[in-house]
Amino acid sequence: MGNVKRSPWLLHYDGSSCNGCDIEVLACLTPVYDAERFGIINTGDPMQADIFLITGGINKANQAVVKQLYDQMPRPKVVVAVGVCACTGGVFKECYNIIGGADTTIPVDIYVPGCAARPQAIIDGIVKAIDLWQAKADKMENVQKELNKLDKLEEKEKK
Amino acid sequence: MEIKNPEHVIVQITPEELLGNVVAMKKNGLRLSQICCAYSNEKLELSYSFADDNTYDYINLRLVIDKDTEVCSITELYPYAFLYENEMKELFGVNIMMLNVDYNSKLYRLHDETPFIK
Amino acid sequence: MAKQSIVPFGPQHPVLPEPIHLDLVLEDEKVIEAIPSIGFVHRGLESLVDKKDFNEMTYVIERTCGICSFMHGMGYCESVEKIMNVEIPDRGKYLRTMWAEMSRVHSHLLWLGLLADAFGFESLFYQCWRMREKVLDLFEMTTGGRCIFSVNKIGGVLKDVDDVMLATIKATTQDIAAELRVIRKTFMEDYTVEARLRGVGILTKEQAHNLGTAGPFARASGIKMDMRTTGYAAYGDLDFDIITSNECDSYGRCEVRINEIFQAIDLIGQCIDKMPKGDIATIVKGNPNGEAFVRMEQPRGEAVYYSKANGSKFLERMRIRTPTFANIPGLLETLKGADFADVPLLILTIDPCISCTER
Repeated sequence: MGNVKRSPWLLHYDGSSCNGCDIEVLACLTPVYDAERFGIINTGDPMQADIFLITGGINKANQAVVKQLYDQMPRPKVVVAVGVCACTGGVFKECYNIIGGADTTIPVDIYVPGCAARPQAIIDGIVKAIDLWQAKADKMENVQKELNKLDKLEEKEKK
Repeated sequence: MEIKNPEHVIVQITPEELLGNVVAMKKNGLRLSQICCAYSNEKLELSYSFADDNTYDYINLRLVIDKDTEVCSITELYPYAFLYENEMKELFGVNIMMLNVDYNSKLYRLHDETPFIK
Repeated sequence: MAKQSIVPFGPQHPVLPEPIHLDLVLEDEKVIEAIPSIGFVHRGLESLVDKKDFNEMTYVIERTCGICSFMHGMGYCESVEKIMNVEIPDRGKYLRTMWAEMSRVHSHLLWLGLLADAFGFESLFYQCWRMREKVLDLFEMTTGGRCIFSVNKIGGVLKDVDDVMLATIKATTQDIAAELRVIRKTFMEDYTVEARLRGVGILTKEQAHNLGTAGPFARASGIKMDMRTTGYAAYGDLDFDIITSNECDSYGRCEVRINEIFQAIDLIGQCIDKMPKGDIATIVKGNPNGEAFVRMEQPRGEAVYYSKANGSKFLERMRIRTPTFANIPGLLETLKGADFADVPLLILTIDPCISCTER
């Protein structure tokens, strides 16, 4: 974790997980494991969130919900799939109602394996997500700078 | 602690006898513990389980029916049976009549219809 | 008549760790009716009996729910053992009972924390979860897993626990009991907490019976019912009373669950004191043929496991009726007439486990 300029906020949504990963995600945020020391904070509002933690596979009923949550998040955004169900579908892959892992619906950046994923692994995933989020933010900033330059050039030419 | 563990009873009944039996259960103050459906040998097996919370008796009414046999809903007697009956209807396609709260097979909002019937 | 409005609640909501959707019909600030719609977590794991044989199914059933995972595995194994007429060794039974009661301690502490979070008492939430971590450490020490530890198998358990570990378990659970006595005071006597819980979400004894509720939710309304009385596993040898409360409100539900933690810690102590020597599992041969119902007291209430086998290695049908499924009608009743602001709290007081419910 190098140059993190802002504190990303975290949104957690339970896809169709068995709760195992969910309570581990929550356990990560409590003082024993304390992922909040990396500057993140858990929020319930997708419109203020930067990192999306998703647990569990995707089924037909929650597909639209997951997609909507993802779309509501402002750019740049990072998606972390926590647990083997969110990565591939896991033990439930063959169930009739499971479409697959989270990447069948939204683009996933970081995969955290495990059944249930251990807090150490989740924290590792979060740290990687923060880095990636910063990199994406920098990239966006650079693009914006270039665009601003172009705008200025255009203005000059007009004059 | 006194152990109370009576043998579980399974009573075979026909669809016509169902309501009468359920009324008797209701009169004795039994609680509807669950309704379960199983599909085997092209037949549907419905188990209505009733529990007595004082003696820990467990009585199962067993219906063996064809796929298209109509079964009367018991939601008039046990209103909270609506979840079990909607579940059976959606997963197994059991033909349940006169459901109080009918989700029209949209309780779980599944991919495919009646996934337990092969 | 005031104007009615419908407020959608969930599936994604800050107070809910799990997705459930309710349509709340409001009249001003009062809830008139709540219409549930579920299905966000429905996986259909019961249908996996066609693809996994009856031994592998243990691991699938354990993943019904990550909180009461051990008891799901235990219930499934007992149902298959009942079909096959297998009597598991005494040590296996006692180990199962011990782990089951440890699961109850961890589940109830988790619930207490979430409740504290729901009424906005953040530090109390952290205290409960800090204590819960101790139980998870014990799980990790004895089985290697924290949430899902897969130690059940048909015919017994997979791992033995040595005397040093047993002594550690006893000492640690006693520590938890001592700490809980301090926290109990806050939950039961604090003015603000009491104001938030007392008289909220009343469900009378009659209503609780007529709506078929189960577990602590029913016991808080004065119904004396506990499946452990049927003496499955080693409960027949242990000494315990059924904990009830006559408060019939959220306060009563909290009281019952706190007292059940003390009871569970006492039961763990009894298990360890009486722990017999010997094998932990018997060898099971052949395939099951027949059907069986097993009832079990989970942290959330009565769970029913039904297995039906036809002599092949694949079961014909496996069904779990989980306690939250039975408690939803009761929840809908308590929501009627409640304040809109109390809805998250009331949903929590039944200790909902949606992934259990929808399977």
